[in-house]
Amino acid sequence: MRIGVDVGGTNTDAVALEGAEILASIKTATTEDISAGVVNAIRDVVVLSGKRVADINSVMIGTTQFTNAFVQARGLEKVGIIRLGAPATRALPPMVAWPEAMKAAVYGNAAILPGGYQVDGSPITPLDTAAIKQVAREFADQGLETVAISCVFGPLNPDAEKHCAETVAEIMPGASITQATDIGRLGLLERESAAIMNASLRTLAGKVIDAFGDALAQLGITAPLYITQNDGTLMQSSAVKQFPVLTFASGPTNSMRGAAFLTGQSEAIVVDIGGTTTDVGVLSAGFPRESSINVDIGGVRTNFRMPDILSIGLGGGSLVTDDAIGPRSVGHAITEQARVFGGETLTATDIAVASGRAEIGDASRLADLAPEQVRQADTKIQQMLAESIDRMKTRSGDVVVILVGGGAILAADELPGADQLLVPEKFGVANAVGAAIAQVGGEIDRVVSFEQVGREEALASLKASAIDQAVRAGAQRESTEIVDIEELPLAYVPGQSVRVRVKAVGDLPLGEQA
Amino acid sequence: MKLTLEDVDDYATGAALLGTGGGGDPYIGSLLLKQSMQASGPLELAQADDIPDDALVLVSAMIGAPTVMMEKLPSGDEAIASVQALESYLGKKAHAILAAEIGGLNALLPLVVGSTIGLPVVDGDGMGRAFPELQMVTYSIEGNPSTPLTLTDEFGNTVLIQAKDDPTAEKFARSTVVAMGASALMACYPMTGAQMKASILRDTLSVALGVGRAIRQARQAQAQPVHQLLDHFADLDFSASARLLFEGKIVDLKRETTAGFAVGAIELVGLDDPADQMQIRFQNENLLAVRNGELCAIVPDLICIVDHETAEPITTEGLRYGQRVSVLGIAAPPALRTEKALAVVGPKNFGLEEPFIPLEDTAISGIARRNP
Repeated sequence: MRIGVDVGGTNTDAVALEGAEILASIKTATTEDISAGVVNAIRDVVVLSGKRVADINSVMIGTTQFTNAFVQARGLEKVGIIRLGAPATRALPPMVAWPEAMKAAVYGNAAILPGGYQVDGSPITPLDTAAIKQVAREFADQGLETVAISCVFGPLNPDAEKHCAETVAEIMPGASITQATDIGRLGLLERESAAIMNASLRTLAGKVIDAFGDALAQLGITAPLYITQNDGTLMQSSAVKQFPVLTFASGPTNSMRGAAFLTGQSEAIVVDIGGTTTDVGVLSAGFPRESSINVDIGGVRTNFRMPDILSIGLGGGSLVTDDAIGPRSVGHAITEQARVFGGETLTATDIAVASGRAEIGDASRLADLAPEQVRQADTKIQQMLAESIDRMKTRSGDVVVILVGGGAILAADELPGADQLLVPEKFGVANAVGAAIAQVGGEIDRVVSFEQVGREEALASLKASAIDQAVRAGAQRESTEIVDIEELPLAYVPGQSVRVRVKAVGDLPLGEQA
Repeated sequence: MKLTLEDVDDYATGAALLGTGGGGDPYIGSLLLKQSMQASGPLELAQADDIPDDALVLVSAMIGAPTVMMEKLPSGDEAIASVQALESYLGKKAHAILAAEIGGLNALLPLVVGSTIGLPVVDGDGMGRAFPELQMVTYSIEGNPSTPLTLTDEFGNTVLIQAKDDPTAEKFARSTVVAMGASALMACYPMTGAQMKASILRDTLSVALGVGRAIRQARQAQAQPVHQLLDHFADLDFSASARLLFEGKIVDLKRETTAGFAVGAIELVGLDDPADQMQIRFQNENLLAVRNGELCAIVPDLICIVDHETAEPITTEGLRYGQRVSVLGIAAPPALRTEKALAVVGPKNFGLEEPFIPLEDTAISGIARRNP
């Protein structure tokens, strides 16, 4: 049995899954002490499933804690930064484009040292081990315990960063070291910023993961703990301690993957209606389509793998006025403030009840609403949903739309532009289901010359590397397959240089594969 | 015209639009310019006609793969070293710095040099957009040689090229850039003030700033940025015509590398009518837009792809399946449409069979604007 948990701002949801069967699901309130909420949710869902704790093979948790901590600059560590590439890159030092407040919270010290690679893989300058040691001593003297290392064209060759990390570790034993090429794609500043964010979260990640581990231990669960990351795949909890930044934005990914699982669809538009917002994304081959633009997190530009999500201010708790629905919402207070729940605020949920779409709360409390008012508000809600679906469509014509999330009751049985509208039975816990069924993946992002090795051979080698990486991350080799290949020719560089990204995913060995 | 720190993002947005898909993402350039302006303050742009006829002016530009520049950032000394090397060879100090292209990264870099060494930057450029090769500028079209030119890498290694003509200079510069790691800073087109005045496209830096500002203000006012952008061009002397060519979704995208360029095509279908289709071909920059088999716009006229909602310019590398975009056609400045200019920047220089037809004379007159 697998347990999937989604820790959201309002609710902590859990599901118990055996093979492809959902044994039980539960929605609980997220508590101030998050791990206590996780304990409650898991305990209750196990009881509901009729199984025992010993039957649990693995626990998957999706959490927004690290994103929130970074954006709010809570519990962050100051970071010492080493960039390899001098004399190149000196014009733009690390964190050059960070907002001042974020920089103040995270900047410890920074040095740009010799090293790094040209686009053809030759060194810009040889590494200067003595200089690295010198900088590491300064970091140590300052009391820094966390280091981020970046390297020009590091994705071509991780050796320079690796050597630098080993040298730093000699001087700063016990320091936490993040290597940028383990995290990011090409684009030095974005990759370096991701490494710095990651380094700043390491201490917090250690605490959070240990707390989750303690929570499981408290329940007597010995099964491995995984955390979901932003591309819909899993990380072992020990890896999250190293790469907390990879959990950013895993929430929408989980609900989309959950929607795919609950309906058996792999090509669809998923509409996740929550209490305050609606997230619309596109499933392609069972995975969320990724965003092509650089995503700002806390004002810092990154190039993470992120799902391409359209977020609009419409949810179950959205305030309804004469001329607008949302974006203001009563949020988690809906169970007190919405009219059908005895409150005085007219919300989108009240409209859904008044128009007969949903039967929850006390419908008699809506008797004073004019039918025309209800009709207009409902029309507006359906228009907002239809428009956002249309904006995310990749082709006109047939499209399957899957509705999930607690606010899915807002939607009509038919929406313009949706060829087929599916609402799975467990629509409210799709995100926890997504966590429970997450796979593990490997991704390669390299610049290669097709002239030197030939396209077929080069791609074959990159595919093999991606699969190896997924297997190293815990995937069963026989279940691992390539899900995405992207080629981007580098203009002006001769020799048919192409930037290729290859992604492989596979199942975890859970001993219960259906 | 004065450019302040607060103007840099708007200017970069305008430069990205005028890049017509190419020219490189101006982001790195905008960071460099902000750094420099934080130290040296606002930048006063010089009017071309205020430069003395006998003064030395020269172009500062990045040459190489913009994607390499996103990784191997400059040391910050390259551009100035290349300018100084050229000055030293010529035995004369530069009076002002010029931009080669107003599209993309190279719209920003001359300002970085001007701001850093305290030289005026002339409000104008040699393309009115972006082009992929060294000789594709009005300076060359009007008979000013690109050489002597200097190229400098992050170590300060500097190569001087003196060539018999500009295509030859392009050939030597390109192989030098490869040896320098596919990205270098260049000083070229040394001219007298008089030569510059006879060949420059005037006020295009101001055009870029105005365009970026119009997009931002329209977004802030939630006032249909794409329409505001078109209205803005209608009020400018820059272009004889600016029109909405298409609104659609990208349904196919092909790219390949041929002779060192990003070559490819996208297919769009209409937002309202899937039978309404547009094909756009590109070689770094967008070259040709065809709607339902009819030519809409062709190089050197500007074909700009922007986000349908926000009017954010989308570079060739940023194109993705499923994007909802608006395609704008903007007539190239008259100096790029002369017979002499078309021999250098016309369709046949990009391997296209189609003859140049000015945007405003094509069979397709653009599409009606939608109202929300």
